[in-house]
Amino acid sequence: MIELETLIAPLLTPLHAILLIPAIAVVILALVPNYRLGAFLNMLAAGMTFVAGASLLFGEQFRSDILIVDDFNIYLVTLTTFVAFTTSIFSASYIGHELEAGRLTPTFLRFYHALYQAMIGAMNVALVANNIGLLWVGVEVATLSTVMMVGIYRTPEAVEAAWKYFILGSVGIALAFFGTILIYLAAQEALGEGLPAMAWDLLVQNAGRFDPKLLSLAFVFLLVGYGTKVGLAPFHAWLPDAHAEGPTPISAVLSGLLLNVALYALLRFKMLLTNNPNTLDVGLIMIVLGLVSLLFAAFMLYRRRDIKRLFAYSSIEHMGIMTFAFGMGGPLANFAGLLHMTMHSLTKSAIFFAVGHIAQAKGTQRIADIKGLSVTHPVLAVGLALGVVAIAGLPPFGMFMSEFMLVSSSFARQPLLAVVLVFGLIVAFGALILRLQDVLFGEPSGTTGEVRATYLPLFLHLAIVLVAGLWLPEPVVRWFRAVAAQLG
Amino acid sequence: MPAIYLDVAHLLAGSMLVLSFVLLYQDRITAVLNAFALQAVALSLSVAWQAFIQDAPLLLVTAGVAFVVKGIVIPTALHRIVRRLGIHREIEEVISAGPTMLTGLGLVALSMMLVLPVGENVSILAREDLAFALAVILLGLLMMITRRNAVTQIVGFMSVENGLVLAATGAKGMPLVVEISVAFSILIAFIVFGVFVFRIRERFDTVDVSALDRHRGERGEHV
Repeated sequence: MIELETLIAPLLTPLHAILLIPAIAVVILALVPNYRLGAFLNMLAAGMTFVAGASLLFGEQFRSDILIVDDFNIYLVTLTTFVAFTTSIFSASYIGHELEAGRLTPTFLRFYHALYQAMIGAMNVALVANNIGLLWVGVEVATLSTVMMVGIYRTPEAVEAAWKYFILGSVGIALAFFGTILIYLAAQEALGEGLPAMAWDLLVQNAGRFDPKLLSLAFVFLLVGYGTKVGLAPFHAWLPDAHAEGPTPISAVLSGLLLNVALYALLRFKMLLTNNPNTLDVGLIMIVLGLVSLLFAAFMLYRRRDIKRLFAYSSIEHMGIMTFAFGMGGPLANFAGLLHMTMHSLTKSAIFFAVGHIAQAKGTQRIADIKGLSVTHPVLAVGLALGVVAIAGLPPFGMFMSEFMLVSSSFARQPLLAVVLVFGLIVAFGALILRLQDVLFGEPSGTTGEVRATYLPLFLHLAIVLVAGLWLPEPVVRWFRAVAAQLG
Repeated sequence: MPAIYLDVAHLLAGSMLVLSFVLLYQDRITAVLNAFALQAVALSLSVAWQAFIQDAPLLLVTAGVAFVVKGIVIPTALHRIVRRLGIHREIEEVISAGPTMLTGLGLVALSMMLVLPVGENVSILAREDLAFALAVILLGLLMMITRRNAVTQIVGFMSVENGLVLAATGAKGMPLVVEISVAFSILIAFIVFGVFVFRIRERFDTVDVSALDRHRGERGEHV
C-alpha cells in the first residue's frame, strides 16, 4: 500500500492536477452520450482544474527540465483556469439553446465537450512547460482543438473559417517550431545536448553565452509563428472569421485565453533575447507590431457589420496594446501590460457571454438587425453596455487603469509613440460607441423572446474588472511588480 | 566524421528539396500525391541516416513512422478519395508554373543566405541540413499559397511538416523529437481525413477551396 501511495502522491500535486484533470475529462466526455450530463461534467472538470490552478498560488515554486512554476505563469494559470471555468458555465446554458435550434446535434456536443477540455489541458501544458518543445506542443494542440470547434456548426461560413484558421494557424505554428529548433541549436553549444538545452530557465540564465546571430534568427521565426497566434497584424487574417463563425463560448476562450497563451510564449522568448546584449532589438519590433495592430484594428472596427466580428477586431486592438506595452518594457509599462492582459481576458470573455445570449435571443449576429436591447432584453443590455464601457477603457473599470499607466509611462519616455497610442485608442473608442449605440438604445426590432441565460459568469467578470479598477489588493500589486521586474 | 557521412546526408536532404520543386509544377493531383510519397520516403531515409551517424536508434522510430504513414498510408488514402471524387485531373493554380518555380528558386537562395552564415559553432552538417529544411518548408508554404485545391493544400502542409522533421532530426540530440514527430504525423493524418476533406466535399461537391471563398462571413454586403 505504501508503494502505491508513493506512486500516486506526486501525481496529486496541483501542478499535475491541472494537466491530468482535463486529460481524464477528455476521455470521459467523449464517452458520455447525454449532453446535460456532458455539460455538467465539463463544468465540474473545469471547476476542479480551477481549484487546482488557484492552489498553485499557495504552493511553492518549482522547476524541472520539463515543467516550471514561477511568478509569471502562476498568475496566468489562475486566470486561464478561472475563465475556462466560467466559460464552461456559460457554455452549458448556451449549448442547450443551440441544440433546440437544431444547430448542433448531441453527437457533436460530445465531441465539443471533449475538445473543450483538450484545449484547456493543452493551454495549461503550454503555460507550465519549461521545455520549449513542450510549450510548442501545448500551443499546437490548443490550436488544433479550437480549429475543430470553430468548424463544428458545419455551415459553409464555419467550414471556411475553420479551413482558414487551420491553414494560417499551421503555417504560424510550423515557423514557430523552426524557431524552437534554432534556439536549441544556439543553446547546444553552451549547455550540451539533451533536455537542459531546451529548458527555458537554463536558457535564460545562459543566454549571454549563445550565438547572438542564431538567437536573432530564431526570434524572427518565433515572432511570426507565435505572432500569428496572438493575432498581430499583418498575421491576423484567421482571427475575425474564427471568432465569428464558431460557437460563442469558443470565441470567449479564444479571445480571453488562447491569444494570451501565445503572447506568453512570445514573452518567454523575449526574456531570453534581452539577456543577450548582442541580439536584435526585440522591444522595438514588438512596439512597431503592437502599434500597427492597434491602428489597423481600430480603423477596421468602423466597417464591421457582425457583432462577434466587431469584438474580434477589438481583440486584435487590445493584443496590439499589450504587445506595445511589453515592447516598451520597464517596470511600469510591463505592469500595465500584465494588468491589461488580465482585464482584457475577463472583459472580453464577459462581452462574448453577453453577445452569445443576445445573438440567440435575436436570432442573428448582424449589428443592423439587433436593435433596442435596453427595451427588449434589459439585463443583457446592461451587461453588454458595462462590458463595452470597460473594453473602451473608460473609468472606473480596470482597463482604464492599465491604459492610463501605459499612456503616462510612454509619454514620459517616448512622447511620439504615446501620441500614436492615444490616437489609436480614441479611434477604437469612437468605433465601439458608434457601432453599439443602436444595438443598445435604438428602436427595438427583431424578436423579444426570453432567453434562458446564465448571468452569473457575465456579472462576476464585470465585478472583478470594476473592483480592479477601483482598488488592487496589495498582494496582487506586489505580484504584478515581481513579474514586471522578471520581464525586464 | 568520415566525408561519406556528410555526402549521403546531403544527397538525401537535397533529394527532398528537388522533390519539393517537383511538387510545385505538377498539374495533376495523382502526380502530386506520388511526388509527395517519394518525398516522404526520402525523408525517412534521411532520418534513418541521421539515426546512424548520430548513433541515436530512437530516430529510427521517426523514420519508420514517416515511411509508413506519410509514404504509404496517407498517399494511398488520398488516392482513393481523389478517385472517388473524380478530381484526379483538376488543379487550379493561382500563379502558373513558371513564376512559381522562379519564386521557389528565390526562396531556396533566401534560406541558404539566412541559415548558412549564422552559428559558426554549429556543425556544418547541422547547418546545411537546416538550410535544406528551411527551403523545403518555404517551398511547402509556397505550394499552399499557389494552389486552390484542398487536397494539394494539405499536401503542401504535410510537405512543410517533412521539412520540420528534417530540421529537428538534423539538430543533434534534440529531445522529444521522436515523440513530437510521431504524435503529429498521426494527428495531422487524423484531422486531414476525419474532418476537412469530407466536410468540404459534403458541403460544396468540390474540393476546390475557392468555393469556400464565396462563403466568407461579410462578403456580398455593402455598408
